[in-house]
Amino acid sequence: MSFMHELGITRNIIAIAIEHSQGAKVKKVVVEIGKLAAILPDAIRFCFEACAKDTPLEHSILEIREIPGLAYCNQCKTRISLSQPFGICNCGSSQLEIIQGQELQVKELELEEQCV
Amino acid sequence: MCIDCGCSTGANIKISKPESIENQIEKPQTEQQKYSFANAHSHILSDGSVVTHSHKITKDKHSHYNEEVVEQKSLRPTTKIVSLEKNVLTVNDNLALENRNFFRKQNILALNLVSSPGAGKTTLLVRTIKELQTEISFSVIEGDQSTTKDAEKIKATNCDVVQINTDTACHLEAKMIQESLNHLKPKKNSILAIENVGNLVCPALFDLGEYAKVVILSVTEGEDKPIKYPHMFRASSVMILTKIDLLPYLDFDVTSCINYALNVNPKLKVFQVSAVTGEGLKDWFNWLKKSSKI
Repeated sequence: MSFMHELGITRNIIAIAIEHSQGAKVKKVVVEIGKLAAILPDAIRFCFEACAKDTPLEHSILEIREIPGLAYCNQCKTRISLSQPFGICNCGSSQLEIIQGQELQVKELELEEQCV
Repeated sequence: MCIDCGCSTGANIKISKPESIENQIEKPQTEQQKYSFANAHSHILSDGSVVTHSHKITKDKHSHYNEEVVEQKSLRPTTKIVSLEKNVLTVNDNLALENRNFFRKQNILALNLVSSPGAGKTTLLVRTIKELQTEISFSVIEGDQSTTKDAEKIKATNCDVVQINTDTACHLEAKMIQESLNHLKPKKNSILAIENVGNLVCPALFDLGEYAKVVILSVTEGEDKPIKYPHMFRASSVMILTKIDLLPYLDFDVTSCINYALNVNPKLKVFQVSAVTGEGLKDWFNWLKKSSKI
């Protein structure tokens, strides 16, 4: 198992969060990862704490929302769920268009704001 | 969630109450206050704010209706939710788009060659350059974790080449290509071959701005590679099955392999070649000429 691209991706997640944190402390980062995106959520979690150290994300919570894979069959025009980025529809066709499950995005941030 | 400031009362948010305000709550009331606001007292609400108020007392009962709020202070650090929906690979994708525009403008056919280590990318590339360089101009970007060995092999064909050593990184990224282009200065109407780091996983995720990913699979690897590494075969437009001269010595089922590949990616264009004997290379060369529109 290679963690190497997850390390780079975790750094990207943190860079995006800092860029949009408006100087505030980040309490939580919500990341969406599709099940067909070739990204291991556990590897991201593994890298996150180390990458967040000494940044506004230190001690923040990483919430990963995994998005299930979904494809549209071009032959029988139905939707089927996928656990890998290919498959064969019940109608026998492998002409599948992946319509969900390839997400890799920073969905939202929770920032701390001191307001009295 | 609060609709005014967007603060959340979600389970993960800790609400802290700074000590200075605690003292304020405990502070004894003055006679004046007692008089003005009979039974004035403070509550800490569930959202952390403090409400000091009094109640109008009617016959030993008190009601929260008609209550007079004296002061309300928000004490806790509030949480602001920022919705982003920002693709994690945006920076790479934007640079890849710049590269793609550059290639299009210059009529450069950029190919991202991917495979596991030892599949024969460099051997195939050297043979391709040697046979076509009188018709088409080539340049090469070589990606390896270390050494310039592959670049030296390419250099021996008199083709322009830049070596990227990625050190610990397991793939090339669009930024590395952009920097390499400054050194390489590929000619107009040419083919740029980008030989990625030998790895069937990570390079699938990183767009370099190429026209197509070409996945190279050797018959010494096992026919089930396409379903073992589906992301790469899905991301590629072309699959080249190499070392087919070795088929008589191997238990490799070509038909199964191609079926696996087409199951993963029905649009995949497949070539079967031997860079040693030259078998099948003609089809690959024709595809290159057709795609480069030269």
